[in-house]
Amino acid sequence: MSERPPYRIQGRTGEWEVVLGLEVHAQVASKAKLFSAAGTGFGAAPNDHVSLVDAGFPGMLPVINRFCVEQAVKTGLGLKAKINHRSIFDRKNYFYPDLPQGYQISQFKDPIVGEGELIVHHDDGTSFTVGIERLHLEQDAGKSIHDMDPNATYVDLNRSGVALMEIVSRPDMRSPDEAAAYVKTLRQLVRYMGTCDGDMEKGNLRADVNVSVRKPGAELGTRCEIKNVNSLRFIQQAIVYEAHRQIEVIEDGGKIVQETRLFDAGKGETRSMRSKEEAHDYRYFPDPDLLPLVLDPVWVKQIQATLPELPEQKLARMQSQYGLSAYDAAVLVGDVARADFFEEAAKGRDAKLVANWVLNDLSGKMGADGLEFEASPVSAADIGALVGLITDGTISGKIAREVFERMWAGEGAPAAIVEKHGLVQVTDTGALEAAIDEIMAANPDKVESAKEKPQAIGWFVGQVMKATGGKANPGAVNQILKAKLGL
Amino acid sequence: MSDLTKLTLKGAIDGLKAKSFSAVEVAKAHLDAIAAANPAINAYIQTTPDQALAMAKASDERIAKGEAGPLEGAAIGIKDLFCTKGVQSAAASNILRGFKPPYESTVTSQLWRDGAVMLGKLNMDEFAMGSSNESSAFGPVVNPWRAKDSSQNLTPGGSSGGSAAAVAADLCLAATATDTGGSIRQPAAFTGTVGIKPTYGRCSRFGIVAFASSLDQAGPIGKTVEDTALMLRSMSGHDPKDSTSLPVEVPDFAAFVGKSVKGLKIGVPGDYRIEGMPEEIARLWDQGIEWLKAAGCEIKSIRLPHTKYALPAYYIIAPAEASSNLARYDGMRFGLREEGGNLTEVYENTRAKGFGPEVKRRILIGTYVLSAGYYDAYYLKALKVRRRIADDFEAAFKEVDAILTPTAPSAAFPLGQRNDDPIAMYLNDVFTVTTNLAGLPGLSLPAGTSQTGLPLGLQLIGKPLDEGTLFSLAGAMEQAAGVSAKPAKWW
Amino acid sequence: MAIDAATVRRVAKLARIAEPEERLEPLARELSAIISFIEQLDEVNTDGVEPMTSAVHVTLPMREDVVADGGDAERVLLNAPKSDQGFFVVPKVVE
Repeated sequence: MSERPPYRIQGRTGEWEVVLGLEVHAQVASKAKLFSAAGTGFGAAPNDHVSLVDAGFPGMLPVINRFCVEQAVKTGLGLKAKINHRSIFDRKNYFYPDLPQGYQISQFKDPIVGEGELIVHHDDGTSFTVGIERLHLEQDAGKSIHDMDPNATYVDLNRSGVALMEIVSRPDMRSPDEAAAYVKTLRQLVRYMGTCDGDMEKGNLRADVNVSVRKPGAELGTRCEIKNVNSLRFIQQAIVYEAHRQIEVIEDGGKIVQETRLFDAGKGETRSMRSKEEAHDYRYFPDPDLLPLVLDPVWVKQIQATLPELPEQKLARMQSQYGLSAYDAAVLVGDVARADFFEEAAKGRDAKLVANWVLNDLSGKMGADGLEFEASPVSAADIGALVGLITDGTISGKIAREVFERMWAGEGAPAAIVEKHGLVQVTDTGALEAAIDEIMAANPDKVESAKEKPQAIGWFVGQVMKATGGKANPGAVNQILKAKLGL
Repeated sequence: MSDLTKLTLKGAIDGLKAKSFSAVEVAKAHLDAIAAANPAINAYIQTTPDQALAMAKASDERIAKGEAGPLEGAAIGIKDLFCTKGVQSAAASNILRGFKPPYESTVTSQLWRDGAVMLGKLNMDEFAMGSSNESSAFGPVVNPWRAKDSSQNLTPGGSSGGSAAAVAADLCLAATATDTGGSIRQPAAFTGTVGIKPTYGRCSRFGIVAFASSLDQAGPIGKTVEDTALMLRSMSGHDPKDSTSLPVEVPDFAAFVGKSVKGLKIGVPGDYRIEGMPEEIARLWDQGIEWLKAAGCEIKSIRLPHTKYALPAYYIIAPAEASSNLARYDGMRFGLREEGGNLTEVYENTRAKGFGPEVKRRILIGTYVLSAGYYDAYYLKALKVRRRIADDFEAAFKEVDAILTPTAPSAAFPLGQRNDDPIAMYLNDVFTVTTNLAGLPGLSLPAGTSQTGLPLGLQLIGKPLDEGTLFSLAGAMEQAAGVSAKPAKWW
Repeated sequence: MAIDAATVRRVAKLARIAEPEERLEPLARELSAIISFIEQLDEVNTDGVEPMTSAVHVTLPMREDVVADGGDAERVLLNAPKSDQGFFVVPKVVE
């Protein structure tokens, strides 16, 4: 589907293609943890959001959070994926100080969500499809802090047991841009559905990136997994570094070893995580403390019925309902608050014009001030009213800019601003004719040249505008001029 | 005043209600008896006298106010596998020595709710892994019973050896226990006491140190059938903190004791007549059949063809689950930490020092059967065999109401005798392990004695959640057997 | 299948249990005996048999999304071999 040129890396032995698959960990936006009643809030004191279940105390047992199950189903439905009405929780066994039980409860063979897909859009409006292999629920681990003591590691279990949705893509991406666009689109989807807040800075959405390289069209190469990359920029940097590293290894006659690597954002490098490698036998087996998770089909239908309009659907509707370009629609949909703002402002107005104001003037101001659309100082109704004043001829586009500046400054509703500052557009043909007659009389040479070169009419328009302080209706001025000049 | 430790649980509760004696007197009598007996029998890892007397005092106050709970003032012992708030709960392991949980297990909290008084924590096999109570980090329990004309120390069975020995030696009115492969019923049989492992999911596992989660089930050991019924009622009930707890009502189990068993169909599985079964066990079994016939039951021969595969399946499933359940004992958050040169060494040293040989053996077996390349051949295969065993029972229970078998293939054996041969030890559970795999209730009651005068038990197996029928049948057999013998006091 | 000393070493490593070199052979023999005992299961035909992971026939119960636990770091750290400033302190982890 992509109309873009393929991404290639030039090596010593020719061109290389990059093959990318992502495992995105999205924290479920739940109040309590997946299997305990401790909270999930960010920034608590160490070990404050920890129940004895999360700390793996003897005799403690997991009980699943219904809301987390619901969010996984919802996200699965958003990915147009198969919902598995019977899924199993398994234990993934390994020792690590921030893994209190000595195992992570995850889903291995029978995940809650099966195959689906995601249509990914680039900023330029082109799109491609990424296959989703599965989505499963699992527990997060705690946090190990290595820099508090030179001889010890400090462990905070606040994240231990927090619900994660692991969303595994097919290796369908072929460039760092595509990987970033995929994560961006996925993030947008979960935010639309409210199943994950998508906050990458807090680690609430992070990706493991599987990277391999091959000569275009050749068999898949051996992949390396880069763990826990938590920004779009880092994802791209990590891929570029890792792809070049692999190409160099192969071109030097070496072989890629399948391994887990860590991205060092400071150095912009990936490096091997040997500590995780040695015990690579996770001994998965069904968690005997839990029973198969069986979803009532009626419940799944209810969840389906409560799905909000998804980005993909909104994108299509924006174009058909408002006649917007694919690009404008995509930018609007990129932020659900902005899309909502637009739709509110566009009620009964010229939608394309509203879109221009929202995407250019307003978005520009907001971006400059670092504001979100939820907190816009100018209301959607006022933007709508401003556009209304333009389309009914009360003010010109140029005046509208001035009105908008005053709206941004907090002077109030656009009509009031126009009234207060006397910015109403002059459409009174009598007044305009008088002004035009005066200018023509004073500039007979210009009149002559305009009769021969109709483009010169622009000079007259400018003069009229000047004379009226910009308030003349350009359309009316044109009409009268043409008549008087006999064009 | 007669010796209050000789009372049955029922007798004590009635006497307390009638104010014939006080709960404090009952507690004191037992604490004194424990102090005298424990150096020899080692049934208690620790007593909790302050707590016992405070609880007893509170019981006396409630009795005075007419607010007595169903077990008000009853002095009981708690297996060390149950977490008790502020009281060391070590699962008889060095790795948890000194561990004082800041929480209470659901089962014990229900017992306290109903007025029971805690005397202390009972010895057991380490992490409930064993059939002779010799794997305890706190030393073996000695069976209060001795063979005729012998002073040799015998095993009380395991893993709930402390519970069974304490009940047999009158060191508590009743005790909590747990059963993963026979750990309630085999010790009950070895000590002449009554023990029931209820249906899986009947008692909450919350706060009980896990051995093998899909098999572990709590239950009581008591002096009589009625006593265990009274205990089980308080121990049972749905618990939202345990996902495998069954959301069902708890019947008045004691009301089933004494009910007529006339017309009940009893299955006798020929597949339990294993090769080399001692003559006295076979005779005991026949005797049990006769008693039930006499009580009006209809005896039917049934097939449970996969019985012989239960033990091998169990010795895959239980260690596999245990290897994962015991991973949390890593020296990081509680329990023993043994230092080392780096993190891995700390893990390895802590677990090498903290776990005893049998626990380590099972962790290794469990780790092996789950490891890459072996999962299907061992673990998955065992789960399928488990299904076949459960299917055998399901088919049998279409024709019968309960099943009668021996509890154990022998009487209590000398301490130390089977320590060198794990498999010989495992064979102790050959008759009991099937019900754990199938999740069915199983009750063991004393039914006679061996040629050397040691107690022998018979096992009744019931349909899921049909403990009531087991209590009725056991009540009838108890009456017919007339076994009320207690061990001769040698300690 | 017999278990050899190398397998015991590998499994002990996985299970994080230090086993001295001289224990590997005896353990290999013990574990082999157990394994050959459990291999009796090969006699059972289990074609098409659904594995049984639980004896409970009900489905997984669910809890509401309510915070009702935590808020007591002291309780969590009470039994810790070592803690500092609210954290568990563990041997240095090298990544």
